[in-house]
Amino acid sequence: MREMAFLPALLALAAAAWAQPEQPDSTASPAQDAQTFESMFEAVCVTDAPNDDGGALEVSWTLSGSASPPDSIRILATPEGGEEFEAGWVLPGTDLFSLSGLEDGVPCSITLEAWAGGSPVSRSDAASATPSAQWFHSRRIGMFVITVLLAAVIFWYINRGKSGRPLFIREIAGLSAVDDAVGRATEMGRPVLYIPGIMDMDDIQTIASMVILGRVAAKTAEYGANLLVPNTRSVVMSVAQEVVKESYLQAGRPDAYRRENINYLTDDQFGYAAGVDGIMVRQRPAAIFLLGTFYAESLILAETGKSVGAIQIAGTAMPSQLPFFIAACDYTLIGEELFAASAYLSREPKLLGSLKGQDVAKLVIMLIIVIGVLASTAGTWWEPANRVADLLRFLTHVE
Amino acid sequence: MRLVLPLIVTFICGMLMILQFFIPHRPFSLLGEELSDWYMIVASAAIFLGVVNLVQVHLMKISQRAKNWQYSPVVLLGFFVMTAAGAVWGVEEGRPFDYMFQNMVVPMGATMFSLLAFFVASAAFRAFRSSNWRATLLLLSAFIVMLGRVPIGDMIWRLFPGAASGAHPNLVSEVAEWLMQVPNMAGQRAVMIGAALGVVATSLRMIFGIERSYLGGAE
Repeated sequence: MREMAFLPALLALAAAAWAQPEQPDSTASPAQDAQTFESMFEAVCVTDAPNDDGGALEVSWTLSGSASPPDSIRILATPEGGEEFEAGWVLPGTDLFSLSGLEDGVPCSITLEAWAGGSPVSRSDAASATPSAQWFHSRRIGMFVITVLLAAVIFWYINRGKSGRPLFIREIAGLSAVDDAVGRATEMGRPVLYIPGIMDMDDIQTIASMVILGRVAAKTAEYGANLLVPNTRSVVMSVAQEVVKESYLQAGRPDAYRRENINYLTDDQFGYAAGVDGIMVRQRPAAIFLLGTFYAESLILAETGKSVGAIQIAGTAMPSQLPFFIAACDYTLIGEELFAASAYLSREPKLLGSLKGQDVAKLVIMLIIVIGVLASTAGTWWEPANRVADLLRFLTHVE
Repeated sequence: MRLVLPLIVTFICGMLMILQFFIPHRPFSLLGEELSDWYMIVASAAIFLGVVNLVQVHLMKISQRAKNWQYSPVVLLGFFVMTAAGAVWGVEEGRPFDYMFQNMVVPMGATMFSLLAFFVASAAFRAFRSSNWRATLLLLSAFIVMLGRVPIGDMIWRLFPGAASGAHPNLVSEVAEWLMQVPNMAGQRAVMIGAALGVVATSLRMIFGIERSYLGGAE
């Protein structure tokens, strides 16, 4: 556990960040609190925009309760050593304005002008602040700590896996059935149909699906089964072609690779569903893999696959589509199992280690949830528990 | 080098995307958008790969008189007619491309979508038919949710003596809402948390080159 000795320091950093109060901008000066017709602005506050890449200020104000509201408010900005310019107009009821396009490190003073009946009726005192860029997003410290913690746990178990220590991984029925499905297709002399979902390569589920495709293609190459991969995105098609080609090369069967079997159908969701249904009905695949991101077409595909008598292995992290797959497919990989498939199928110690780390991370998150619920509940009568709940809220909050 | 270069590119891009999430300062703030723009450019260019593949595959089927080749001329005809209509007259409203899209492509898509109703019925029938307590529980929950989502559910409940004047005159819809918001939501969130962890683990494996099967699985 020596590798994880930095974790307490990280937690201390998160706790320190959580305990630190928000610092108001020191250069902002509120306007005078005069209840006169000329000054209907009670307080004008200008601050540097937080957690940005610079050049921006935030202006907030309150109007005097006794003054009648103006028709609109004009925001005027004057950078140090520069000319005054109009930054924008806002309607009454607004009390926040973001001003961008300023120069970092140059103080800028802001004046508000209330307009009514087509002419200015009141002008606030100037308040100024200096725009600057931040090097760390203060609202994401909790997320940073959690990311580092998860990564540390996963890497620790990867090292354990590499060192050759045995790791227990629970059986995932859907993945254990991959060999059987491909073997069945080979024996029946019918093709294997692999559907990588309907999203593009920037979707993590499609990436996970491509990783599994490599393993399935290695099996089809080994068994001599015909592999069909219809695609709904050109980039996915190109990647799938390369993945399958490499798997066939690795399996020593480059002659069995058929580029035309990994083809593009259409980008249209239901056009793709119709095309794949046509392939199922005409070619009657013996094994169908539905792995990736699916939407409304999931049940159309899975039910058609069921009707042609194929053994079906589905997997997605889309919670709304999982019930359809569970109802219509023989095996379903639920959420995280889709991402575990590659490691499970390869049985490589390093990948299995990452799987184990993922499970431990899940345990940590379950503990955080339980502690958070208990602390929040106990906080209603015991104040210190509230502070624990607040710390956990800070850690898990993402802006 | 064939393997090292993609691994280096993956590592650099992955780390930059992680850094830009935590560092708002330039140049990191611009990297996310820049890389997304690059992806869009690559994806746009790759459309031609898809088009070329589509035409090649179907021309090959026709020339080889492969099984079911009769469908290929229909695909090619549709593709070239739509392309020509868009290229010659434009894709604005009222033009031939738009006419064909609105009156052929959209209805065909709607037809496929409408099939979903029948598939839901057949899948639900199969799921509820199983004779175990979980299937019975599922059937019961589904029955309550379906009744609770339509006005007749509460109307039936209010026919019971004292139900209309009781504390819960809309009991069926309240139970349906509870089923959706509590057990169903808890299950969905559990799936999402697990999936999020899977995403983190998969991303780390790929960024640090531990997962290489997408490159052919070579060491």
